[in-house]
Amino acid sequence: MGQITLQQVTKKFGDVQVIPPLDLTIEDGEFTVFVGPSGCGKSTLLRLIAGLEDITSGTILIDGADATAISPAKRGLAMVFQSYALYPHMSVRKNIAFPMRMAGIDKAEQDRRIEQAATALNLTDYLDRRPGQLSGGQRQRVAIGRAIVREPAAFLFDEPLSNLDAALRVGMRLEISELHKRLETTMIYVTHDQVEAMTMADKIVVLRAGHIEQVGSPLDLYRTPRNVFVAGFIGSPKMNLIEGPEAAKHDAHTIGIRPEHIDVVESGGLWEGRVGVAEHLGSDTFFHVHDTGLAEMMTVRVAGEVNLRHGDRIHLNPRADQIHRFDDKGLRIQ
Amino acid sequence: MATKASRSAARLMMAPAVILLLGWMLVPLCMTLYFSFKKYLPLRGGDLGWVGFENYVRFFSSSAFWPSVQATLVIVGGVLVITIVFGILLAILLDQPMWGQGIVRILVIAPFFVMPTVSALVWKNMFMDPVNGLFAHLWKFFDATPIEWLSQASMTSLVIIVSWQWLPFATLILLTAIQSLDSEQLEAAEMDGAPPLSRFGYITLPHLSRAITVVVLIQTIFLLSIFAEIFVTTQGSFGTKTLTYLIYQRVLESQNVGLGSAGGIFAVILANIIAIFLMRIVGKNLDA
Repeated sequence: MGQITLQQVTKKFGDVQVIPPLDLTIEDGEFTVFVGPSGCGKSTLLRLIAGLEDITSGTILIDGADATAISPAKRGLAMVFQSYALYPHMSVRKNIAFPMRMAGIDKAEQDRRIEQAATALNLTDYLDRRPGQLSGGQRQRVAIGRAIVREPAAFLFDEPLSNLDAALRVGMRLEISELHKRLETTMIYVTHDQVEAMTMADKIVVLRAGHIEQVGSPLDLYRTPRNVFVAGFIGSPKMNLIEGPEAAKHDAHTIGIRPEHIDVVESGGLWEGRVGVAEHLGSDTFFHVHDTGLAEMMTVRVAGEVNLRHGDRIHLNPRADQIHRFDDKGLRIQ
Repeated sequence: MATKASRSAARLMMAPAVILLLGWMLVPLCMTLYFSFKKYLPLRGGDLGWVGFENYVRFFSSSAFWPSVQATLVIVGGVLVITIVFGILLAILLDQPMWGQGIVRILVIAPFFVMPTVSALVWKNMFMDPVNGLFAHLWKFFDATPIEWLSQASMTSLVIIVSWQWLPFATLILLTAIQSLDSEQLEAAEMDGAPPLSRFGYITLPHLSRAITVVVLIQTIFLLSIFAEIFVTTQGSFGTKTLTYLIYQRVLESQNVGLGSAGGIFAVILANIIAIFLMRIVGKNLDA
């Protein structure tokens, strides 16, 4: 079990309100990702749930029981930190055993759970090493192992992959996803990387300045962003946002069109511009298009290889049914 | 530092420092060795020729020798224990965010800047004086008979004075070590269910082990040779005659340079033995 409910939770540091009143329910077994730009309060929110920070007002319920005043250890949550926070003077085995030792679990059971976690995380050969002798990915797995053995109601991940290199990050992303499928335990995952959010989440919570901008499944957010901020934040490359006369044509203050929803045509496109940087990835090509008269720079994604170079004219045709419309407050117009 | 030219340049530039150090250390050491095998009484006939190991035999068989070794070890041990225990506690306190942190930290470090002679005199006259000292007044306030600190509890007094001087050093080193502790480790331990005392025992203390090692090593080296504090307080009486003080008495009060030099050589050997032991015991901490 691991249902977590936040009711009217607020947090102030001195006079600064970091989290304005906020309501959120995370269902049992759900993989929830908090995503947002740095400083949006996502890590603070996670620490509030963990109990590492006291909330200023409001209630936190874990499995329906009020956990607001309960100490972090008693909430039954396990956390994986950005720096992994392994205990450097203990071997991997002792690191993983530490929470069980603190809980007074008997030695045989400890060994059984360590064995199980080590097998699941490919750590069997490293149990007697110190964290300093492990690579980044292995340390990450030890941190996860230390969380697993507690058999928590929910796992909390605080940007766990940001210290890894790109290739390892993709691998660990898969491992964490698989772990979630296998354990079916609630997981809350904080990241600033929308790719991680899109690929791993059952539910994404987009935060800005402590406010929840939108909650939904990855594809919900992709298809129907509730406002300009979510539209710009979710999706890679970013959605093109256009204001002015072109938006007025669609009865909107701002219109948005994703780079992958613009077709490049030989001639006679709706829009026209000059190719700036062209990023040839092989499978895709991204064009930065200037001088369209619509926005400073537009991004266009074309599948496969396209032979257009810097300075070439380019003709664009947006797909009319994929245009998102927003009013002057930035909210979506249905 | 890869090329041949840069290596020889490095040697050349390090040479003055190395030569100076060698001169500073080796010349006195050799002279001490030289004198320790001579009968040399500056005011009673000067250099009276070689005597072999006679100075050593006399120094070791003197009734003051073993008590002085014991006194030295008691002072070193006592001060080490006090400075490290209180140093850790103070460092933890000073690490807490508080108002006026900068000033408090400077005040805590201040005793280290006071010259040993001065601080020993202040302690002797202001605190430990059996008539006018603050301790005497405190005792009288509770209707107790004031302790004559420097004669009745001479060793304790000395340990207190020297600890007061060295506590700032230990606190400073331990404070910087505590500040370098990753707060996420403590939070992780908190989440793992460790109460505050366990967090201290399992996380903070092991983290400090290297700093403690450094404090023990450096303080031992300096404490073996404390002199001024004894000189201005008890003058070596009441069982406070350390090895250093004994050597001083042999050389200057008895005017027997040869005998004192033999003691000096023993002190050098003793210091090295202790240093080797310490390195062995705590060397593991420095490697890890």
